[in-house]
Amino acid sequence: MIRKLSLAAALGASLALPAAAQEDSILVQSTTSTANSGLYDYLLPLFSETSGIRVDVVAVGTGQAIGNAENCDGDVLLVHAKPSEEAFVDAGYGVERFDLMYNDFVLVGPENDPAGIDGMGVSDALAQIAESGATFVSRGDDSGTHKKELALWEAAGIDPQSGSGEWYRESGSGMGATLNTGIGMGGYVLTDRATWIAYGNKGDYGIAVEGDQSLFNQYGVILVDPEHCPSVNAEDGQAFIDWLLSEEGQSAIAGFELDGQQLFFPNAEG
Amino acid sequence: MQDMSEALGLAIALIASGDADLREIVALSLYVSLSATLFSCLIGIPAGALLAVMRFPGRGALVTLVNALMGLPPVVVGLIVYLALSRSGPLGFLGLLYTPSAMIVAQTVLIAPIVTALSRQTLEDLHTEYDETFRSLCLTRLQVMGALIRDGRFALVTAALAGFGRAVAEVGAVMIVGGNIDHLTRVMTTAIALETSKGELALALSLGIVLMAIALGINALVQSVRSGAARGSYA
Repeated sequence: MIRKLSLAAALGASLALPAAAQEDSILVQSTTSTANSGLYDYLLPLFSETSGIRVDVVAVGTGQAIGNAENCDGDVLLVHAKPSEEAFVDAGYGVERFDLMYNDFVLVGPENDPAGIDGMGVSDALAQIAESGATFVSRGDDSGTHKKELALWEAAGIDPQSGSGEWYRESGSGMGATLNTGIGMGGYVLTDRATWIAYGNKGDYGIAVEGDQSLFNQYGVILVDPEHCPSVNAEDGQAFIDWLLSEEGQSAIAGFELDGQQLFFPNAEG
Repeated sequence: MQDMSEALGLAIALIASGDADLREIVALSLYVSLSATLFSCLIGIPAGALLAVMRFPGRGALVTLVNALMGLPPVVVGLIVYLALSRSGPLGFLGLLYTPSAMIVAQTVLIAPIVTALSRQTLEDLHTEYDETFRSLCLTRLQVMGALIRDGRFALVTAALAGFGRAVAEVGAVMIVGGNIDHLTRVMTTAIALETSKGELALALSLGIVLMAIALGINALVQSVRSGAARGSYA
């Protein structure tokens, strides 16, 4: 009996231990693009060092990140789909949305460029892909990149769903996984530039379309509303947001480089 | 195929270097999956023994249900546990989501049916064999279950190993309830998924090789303990 009791106590202790480590930490619901590029590995230690606050990041698609934050499973939301972010704040889930930084999307494709879109504007390029029936691999996961892609199709006047399962293929997974799929299929993929630069399995792929005004990719940051979610660590979450928007945080973001290229461009309104 | 040989080399280099991050991830994988296996045995073996010995209306349906639950998809388990542990869910006040404890809960839900179903089958076979002896000794049901579990302990270890194998290999459930948070809830399988999505295929594969080596080591350890014990009991 004593053995059983001590076993139960040990089990109880083992369950309680990790929960005790939750002091002075915040949880950020964010996107795969920021995490896969290595931004957080670079940025978070800088913040934690000065503030003593540990930051944990859950990296999922923007749609899922917003859903998780609506369920109060996070203190800060850092994503890239402005209309959805504004809807999140308007619905009372978030306190206020701030512009944080931007980069841009690029359309990547195989070297032989089957649709012949190299150097085109994005609308023309998409129209050309649809017309030629060249494979296009979409995220298809309600992420910020997916929302952006759908908006670009709409602007080009094309309904890609008409080619779904044929030339238009929805992977339903994260940015990197979709790149893996797209490159495996020889298809075109819309990706954020940061993920693309950091991505390690490029094969013979390169950027086919870039620099178009409509490929702008804005990231925003929002504190989950403690009035809606009493569990939110508002003090530390706000400290993190304040730091990100401060001169120090903004220059830290600007200082993040990979292969000599700057991946994110800070644009908080100071 | 260049990735394959590169991965093997990386795996060996990773293990040899004793990389601190890798050690942390391996330790968490083992902590989570071994805890889940332990809890599953505490639930599954007595439950399997009950199902093996007791006769009651609806028993057949219950056995079928437990057998079917062996096929629970990890991602569904993850989703259910997420909804339960989410701050807006019924158990949200515990604050367990995105902790190793949540991962243990999810994996326990995932593998308890496996341990239960395999234990039930093993113990029922034994029960059929010994039924007359038990009757002649006038044992109570509880004594019968105790005797069956003691006699079937080696087969039950295999049931536990099957559960452990499933737990340590799954990615769908721990990804959702753990969140793959660096230095907090990142385990082998979620790290492999992450490196794959970064396009670092060789590194991902090398982590897979490390995971396989660990699983092999644990099975070999259990096997040697078991055969040692078996020899002892026949001596």
